[in-house]
Amino acid sequence: METTKPIYTKADPPEGFSAPGVFATTFDKVIGLARSNSIWPLPFATSCCGIEFMATMGAHYDLGRFGAERLSFSPRQADLLMVMGTIAKKMSPVVQQVYEQMAEPRWVIAVGACASSGGIFDTYSVLQGIDRIVPVDVYVPGCPPRPEQIIDGFMRIQDLVASEPLRRRYSDEYRELLIKYGILKEK
Amino acid sequence: MENSFITDKLRRKFGEDILDVDDNKDILTITVASPVSYEVIEFLKENPGLGFRFLTDLTGIHYPDRGLSFGVIYHLHNLYENKRLRIKTFMSADNPAIRTISDIFSSANWMERETYDFYGIIFEGHPNLKRILNVEYLDYFPMRKEYPLEDPTREDKDNRYFGR
Repeated sequence: METTKPIYTKADPPEGFSAPGVFATTFDKVIGLARSNSIWPLPFATSCCGIEFMATMGAHYDLGRFGAERLSFSPRQADLLMVMGTIAKKMSPVVQQVYEQMAEPRWVIAVGACASSGGIFDTYSVLQGIDRIVPVDVYVPGCPPRPEQIIDGFMRIQDLVASEPLRRRYSDEYRELLIKYGILKEK
Repeated sequence: MENSFITDKLRRKFGEDILDVDDNKDILTITVASPVSYEVIEFLKENPGLGFRFLTDLTGIHYPDRGLSFGVIYHLHNLYENKRLRIKTFMSADNPAIRTISDIFSSANWMERETYDFYGIIFEGHPNLKRILNVEYLDYFPMRKEYPLEDPTREDKDNRYFGR
């Protein structure tokens, strides 16, 4: 009788030097590897893209495979802000406040046409893309995008997380970026 | 309740201020002069024979080509007779102001705020006339037919791709 073998998945090791019993690499890469496979996403779902995200989190597409099993419904314990859906101008301070409450390092993914550019809602009441209020790392096109596309966007975030130098969040460029968005005050 | 019963009662009470009566299609529509609109609605609600005690809707309209370009439209409902009534009143663009009916119908409070928010119609005597749906810093009234519907802050639209 055939027995089912358990499936083990593991991340590829980063670049480094290996010898029997020894593996040497940089701190950046080890931390990046750990972070990129244990991202806690904060879903900010306002419309149909949020429905697609529910499918993405469900058993069939299973975002948990990528280490993102644990959704964080508090911004303070979240690594990745996933904005999915139309953001009205009246809601933009809320999105910005949620972003401000997240601890560094933090990433943002704009899922769907509305979050990326306002989409079809080119009108007085809708924010024309969340990158007007918070810095965005990855944009996922689609109206709404399929779960595969959301997963692809999530994997691009994983690439960014894995390759990010530890110094980046302390750099002047990053500081200037946040000042540009009004999230940090100029000294 | 017959349409003529309502119009006769209103004509007897308000005379020349009842500007127009239209019962050709759907519900009876009565256009009244804006200075008496408050009294007309109060009369329709309080008169025992009429009893329009429910305000279904209140909204604004903008006809930029007309002399009296701003309008306010009230939908009233007599729940006992299941009779509906539409009251229209128009104001000039120089002074789009009308007396609030929020002391007759409390439900008019938010609807008048919404009408102010989108058309800039001033409801005199309203207890809290400020924007209700749009952002506070919006510096125009978006449903007036003098502004483009598109977001004016968007820079990435190239007219060539939109055939203009």
